[in-house]
Amino acid sequence: MRVAVGGAETYAYTGARAFDAALPTLAFVHGAGNDHSVWALQSRYFAHHGRNVLAVDLPGHGRSAGRPLASVEALSDWVAAFLAAAGVREAALVGHSMGALAALECAARHPALVRRLALLGPAAPMPVSDALLDAARNDEPAAHAMIVGWQHAPGALLGGHPVPGLWMPGGATRLLERALPGVLAIDLAACNAYAGGLDAAASVACPALVVTGQRDLMAPPKSAQALIDALRDKRVVSLPNCGHAMTNEAPDRVLDALIGFL
Amino acid sequence: MKARLPLPTPMSTPKSHRFDTLSLHAGARPDPATGARATPIHQTASFVFPDCDHAAALFNMERAGHVYSRISNPTCAVLEERVAALEGGVGAIATASGQAALHLAICTLMGAGGHIVASRALYGGSHNLLDYTLPRFGIATTFVDPRDLDAWRAAIRPETRLLFGETLGNPGLDVLDVPRVAALAHDHGLPLLVDSTFTTPWLLRPFEHGADLVFHSATKFLSGHGVVIGGVLVDSGSFDWDGAKARGKFPTLTEPYHGFHDMVFAEESTTAAFLLRARREGIRDFGACMAPATAWQILQGIETLPVRMARHVENARKVVAFLAKHAMVAGVAYPELPSHRDHALAARLLPRGCGAVFSFDLRGTRAQGRRFIESLRLFSHLANVGDAKSLVIHPASTTHFRMSAEDLARAGITEGTIRLSIGLEDADDLIEDLSRGLHAAGKA
Ligand SMILES: Cc1ncc(COP(=O)(O)O)c(C=O)c1O
Repeated sequence: MRVAVGGAETYAYTGARAFDAALPTLAFVHGAGNDHSVWALQSRYFAHHGRNVLAVDLPGHGRSAGRPLASVEALSDWVAAFLAAAGVREAALVGHSMGALAALECAARHPALVRRLALLGPAAPMPVSDALLDAARNDEPAAHAMIVGWQHAPGALLGGHPVPGLWMPGGATRLLERALPGVLAIDLAACNAYAGGLDAAASVACPALVVTGQRDLMAPPKSAQALIDALRDKRVVSLPNCGHAMTNEAPDRVLDALIGFL
Repeated sequence: MKARLPLPTPMSTPKSHRFDTLSLHAGARPDPATGARATPIHQTASFVFPDCDHAAALFNMERAGHVYSRISNPTCAVLEERVAALEGGVGAIATASGQAALHLAICTLMGAGGHIVASRALYGGSHNLLDYTLPRFGIATTFVDPRDLDAWRAAIRPETRLLFGETLGNPGLDVLDVPRVAALAHDHGLPLLVDSTFTTPWLLRPFEHGADLVFHSATKFLSGHGVVIGGVLVDSGSFDWDGAKARGKFPTLTEPYHGFHDMVFAEESTTAAFLLRARREGIRDFGACMAPATAWQILQGIETLPVRMARHVENARKVVAFLAKHAMVAGVAYPELPSHRDHALAARLLPRGCGAVFSFDLRGTRAQGRRFIESLRLFSHLANVGDAKSLVIHPASTTHFRMSAEDLARAGITEGTIRLSIGLEDADDLIEDLSRGLHAAGKA
């Protein structure tokens, strides 16, 4: 699907299904330097099982035009504007990493819009190391290597992709390389600067799911704990032997968590 | 001060594993069911579905897993990951042979009306496929001198969909200038496919130089022992099939495929669209898949690829040095020799060596050539390369038999050309064997 959001052409993957106003809608929001394709298996499942799926490419990412947004707050308002532009009045939001923060803030700011909230690999705050921020600004290949090294559970760096024939570190690297120059630095700075996570969590009215990877080094489970504590109506799924790249590392377990919640 | 993200080794970049380690481990872990340390041979045609929903989810690409060994198999998947890791790609598909890998690459990118620009210095089998067989299906190829960048450029037409060459061309070891040919391809919105059979990722990683797709005849150095036929096709994941220059050229990847849920593969996967189409169409429908036992043999070979390749190259250098000085030898085509046309390029692209397959020209008649081959005791006279054992063949009467005299000459082959594949024996024994053969030829 392509819609204009604030004048910029915006792409959302729909699982090759046409939008049906009679069906409930699920919006997927990707993380820093990524695009809709991180949701491949999960988004397809829901598109084939009675939901409208809108796996967006955030502004300046993937197939969407526009400039990348510099704050989580701006991203959250953009998600609301995107849903309005797509003609969606109510949706469940599923976000990963930076996308989880955007979904969280969106649920706090636009309670009427967000029916359910699933946060994968969130953290509040989500501080990013100076080394990674510097690399994202000055040496993107080095930043990509850091992210790929840190976002997978140690075993995943030797492969074992659940999808036959795919090499996880290679795919993760190429996806980051596809981002336009400067996008990753803007995304990481937005994560690093976001201070509203706990307040947002406290004001979320809808049911929320938090999925954490027990081997996640980018957003370790303990850095999600305060956020989890602040949520009122919540469910937590903790994935053993899984890192931050959970939609790739453990696609079936992530899907099962989402099916159980949505 | 805000607490920083607790990183394991905050001052260093994370460890990505190195080549030799990946050769042994990439894609494989001890079997969770049995503890088996070696990769099991999953000798099964099919895989049981836990329930009907799961079955549907596998068919519809909503869950990850195996359905039927033509489409994917766990042993083959380990090999696919391993080769993708060694090449630095996003994934791979194991095929029944090197020929099947080339065919799969081409048919994934184009149908009737498509056009390829290929190096003239190709393995005879690749040449057959491109020059004689694919035209029957409406796919044409223009062959060019791999060194002539203007010729590559001039041969590109509006319907061109692929540039193709061998990293080290058969049989003269023409070195493909991968960076320049890739840049030219990309200027025209086209991908570059390279046959890396002779170099293996140990000698050259073409993706680092701009190539988009790589294939191997795994029959050769990857398996390394002359015991299987197999191929592997690897995707770098870098080519933008939907990019401004490529737009409209690759409908198999950018338009809905009615044969699989109307998926637009470039939208389904940003980095692995090519592999998706190749698996969901090409392997599914043409069916040239690899057998799991074959994948296992190739995995065994790859475990020792770094040590074998080092020894292959070391032995090849000694044999080249011997032949280059021999009175019965008119010339040796090895790019490390200053006499080779691609000497400078090889020094840049192939610092670890130029492999262990090369040709030399014997002085004398066809009968003397025959006498030479038949006098050898260690070198086996057969049609293969990349075995642990040393091999010899006479291209003009075998691999390149179908080529016209003119094409032969253009490919740098004469009646006296002998191709060697240097194995892992003691180099002195190999040199003694060749010495005996040359002596016999001299007396014939
Ligand atoms: C350079 C090269 N490419 C491709 C092939 C074809 O591979 P296969 O025999 O595995 O089909 C060969 C086989 O000799 C080869 O030498």
